[in-house]
Amino acid sequence: MRPIRFACAALLAATLVAAPRDAAAQTAAQAQQIQQQIDQVRREFNDRLAALEAQLASIQGGQAPTAPPAAPGVPPAPTTVEVPPGAAGAGGPSGPIPVYGSSVTNAKVFNPDMAVIGDFLGAAGRNEVDPQPALELHESEAAFQAIVDPYARADFFISFGENGVGVEEGFLTFTSLPGGFLTKVGKMRAAFGKVNTLHNHVLPWTDRPLVTRSLVGGEDGIDDAGISVARLIPAGPVFLEATGEVYRGDSGESLYKTSERSDLSYVGHLRAYHDITESTNVDFGSSYSYGHNPAGIVNDVDLGRFTTKLFGVDATLRWKPLSRSIYHSFVGRSEVIWSRRQQFNGRQDAMGYYASGDYQFARRWFAGVRYDRSDRADDASLLDKGGSATLTYWPSEFSQVRGQYRRTDYADGPAANELLFQFQFSIGAHGAHPF
Amino acid sequence: MRSLKLLLVFLLASPVVASAQGKLNVVTSTEDLAAIAREIGGDHITVESIARGYQDPHFVEAKPSFILKLQRADVLVAVGRELEIGWLPPLLTQSRNGKIQVGSSGYLDASLTAEILEVPTGQITRAEGDVHPLGNPHYWLDPENGKRIGKAMADKFGELRPGDRAFFQQQLASFTSRLDTAEKRWLSMMAPYKGTKMVTYHRSFPNFAQRFGLDIIGYVEPRPGIPPTPQHTLDIMNEMKRQNVKLVLVEPYFDLKTPQAIGRETGAQVLVMPPSVGGVKEVTDYFKLFDYDINLVIDAIKKSGAK
Repeated sequence: MRPIRFACAALLAATLVAAPRDAAAQTAAQAQQIQQQIDQVRREFNDRLAALEAQLASIQGGQAPTAPPAAPGVPPAPTTVEVPPGAAGAGGPSGPIPVYGSSVTNAKVFNPDMAVIGDFLGAAGRNEVDPQPALELHESEAAFQAIVDPYARADFFISFGENGVGVEEGFLTFTSLPGGFLTKVGKMRAAFGKVNTLHNHVLPWTDRPLVTRSLVGGEDGIDDAGISVARLIPAGPVFLEATGEVYRGDSGESLYKTSERSDLSYVGHLRAYHDITESTNVDFGSSYSYGHNPAGIVNDVDLGRFTTKLFGVDATLRWKPLSRSIYHSFVGRSEVIWSRRQQFNGRQDAMGYYASGDYQFARRWFAGVRYDRSDRADDASLLDKGGSATLTYWPSEFSQVRGQYRRTDYADGPAANELLFQFQFSIGAHGAHPF
Repeated sequence: MRSLKLLLVFLLASPVVASAQGKLNVVTSTEDLAAIAREIGGDHITVESIARGYQDPHFVEAKPSFILKLQRADVLVAVGRELEIGWLPPLLTQSRNGKIQVGSSGYLDASLTAEILEVPTGQITRAEGDVHPLGNPHYWLDPENGKRIGKAMADKFGELRPGDRAFFQQQLASFTSRLDTAEKRWLSMMAPYKGTKMVTYHRSFPNFAQRFGLDIIGYVEPRPGIPPTPQHTLDIMNEMKRQNVKLVLVEPYFDLKTPQAIGRETGAQVLVMPPSVGGVKEVTDYFKLFDYDINLVIDAIKKSGAK
C-alpha cells in the first residue's frame, strides 16, 4: 500500500511540474500540499517500521531456547542471521534478517545440492592384456541436483577422469506427468540390466564385470543422449515397470556409432520386483537393445550398415533384516547378456555373464565374491574368464576403502593376477543411498 | 525395432491407476506419524507407513514396493529435517505422483510447526559425524510436538477433503485433550525422577529428555552415525562412574554389545527403549509409546537406585 501511495504522489508531482505556467500559483499551493502528504506518509512509514522492529525483537526474545512454535495458523518465525558488521553503516539492513530454507546466506537458497565423489584406484600385480595404472584418481564425479519447477527435477553428474571431462549424466525428470509416465530427457545411463545403470561409486567392486566391458560398451556402457519413458504396470503386490528408451546411437567405444541421423539406438527394459518378506526381496529384469555398430565404417563411410542387438536378463536377491539393517545384509546378483553383432566376417554371437554375492558382516565391513565369464563382442571365439574377491571397509557413510583380488584368464594373453584397491570419498550434500 | 514398438503399445495400453476420491490415502514415512494420522483421520482415511518402528529411520531402503504405495497416495507426511534424505527423494521422484512432490499440496513436512532441538549454529562439518544441519529430527518424542503434528495434519487433511474438515478438527480436539490428560499423568509420574542422568546410544531422545526432565550426559556413539570406538567407550564409562550414571538407553535397532559392556563396567542398566511406535510389539499407538518408555525408565530407575 505504502509504496503505491508514494508512487502516486511522485507521479502527481511530476505531472504538476509539467503543468502550464499560468497555473503557477495554484501549482505552488498544490506542491506544498503534496509535500505535506509525503511527509505524513514518511512519518506513518517510520512509525510502522518501528512497531514491526519492536514486534520482531519481542518475538525473538520470547522464543529463546525453547521456542514453542506457532499460534494456530501462523507459520513459525523464520530463522534469522545477523547482518555482517559494517553493512548497516553502509546503508544496508541492520539487525537480524530472515533466512528461508537451510542455507547460511540468502543467495545460496536456490543452489542445487552439490557433491563431489572421488574414486582413487591402485593396482598391483601383472596384467598384460588390459593394464591399468599403478595409481590413479580414476574419476572425480561432481553431482548437481535440484528441483527445477513444480513439474520436474534435474540431475547432473559431471565426471572428471584422467582423459578429460565428460557429462556422465545430465537429465531432466518429469515427476508429474499424467498417466503415470516417468519421463527423463537428457544424457543418461540406459536402463539395460543393472550394472549399466550404476555409477562407479555405487558398484560393490573396484571395476566392472568382464561381460559389461566386453559386450555392453566398456566402462561407460550405454550412456547416451536420449529420451526415456517408464511406466508402472498394475500387477497387484508386484512392482512391474516397463521402460522404453530412444538414444542418438553413440555409446561405448565400439558398441554403437551413428553415421546417419536415423541410426538411433533403442533400449527396452522390463523389471519385476517383489518383497518376499520384509527383509528379503527379489528383483528380475530383462533388457533389449539395438543400434548401429562401427564395424562397417571404413574411412568414415558406413559401408556395412551393421547393427548390434543385445539381450540381457538379470536377477537380484537382497536380504536385510530390518531391526539389524545397519549391521547385516546380503545381495546376490547375476546378469547374463547375449550380443548379436554384424561384421564383415559374419555375425558374432557372443555371450557372457557374471554372478556375485556381497555380504555385510558388521556395521562397517562387507565381503564379496564375483565370477566373470564373457566372449568378446567382435570375436565370439575368444572367451575370457575371471574371478574376484573383495573386502570393503566403511569408516563412515561418506567414505570407503576397498581391496579386491582379481584373477583373469584371457583368451589371448597370459593370466593376470592383480590386487586392486580403492578409496572413495564424498563431500557435500548427502546423496541417496543406493538400492 | 518391432519389439520396441510392441513395448510402446504395451506401455500406452496399460490402464491408468486412478486414485479413488473416497477416503484420503495417507502415506507417512514413519510409524509415529502414521499413529498420529490415525488419531486425526479416524476411519475417514487410510494410513500406511514406509519405515517400521524397529528400523533405523535413517537407513530405510528405497524399495520399489514403496513406490507403489506412494503412487496411490493423496498425502505424504514426512518427518523432515533431512531424516529421510537417504531414501525418500528417489522414491518421490519415481512415484509418478504430482500431488505429493515437495512443495505440492499433498506433501506435508511435519517438522515445520514442531519444536526442534539441537539446531547447529556456526560452522558445521562432517567431522562431527552425520550431523543434521536442520536440527535433531527425533522431535516426535514430546507430546507437545505430537499435538503440533496433529494440528498440521488436521489442517492438511481438511484442506484436501473440505467435506471432512469439521470431522478432522473434532478428532484433533479429542486427540489434543486426551494427550493433555495423559501428559499431565506422565509428568507427575516422572516428577520424582527429575534430573536423572543417563546415556543414550544415538541422539534420539533430546525432546523426550527435555519434556520429562531427564539429563542425557553422553552417547554411546562417539559422533552421530559413527559406531562406538574403544577410546570413546572408555571415556563414557569413566564419565558415567564420575557422575554415577546408572542408565543406558538403546534404540531397538542398535547392537547391544557395547552398551552391555558399559553396563557391566559401570553397573548401569541397559534398556532397549523404542523411540518409535512399533519399536516393540506392545507399542501400537502414540499414547502407548510414552506409556511404555516412561514405565521402562521409571522401573529401571527404581531398580538401579539411580537419581
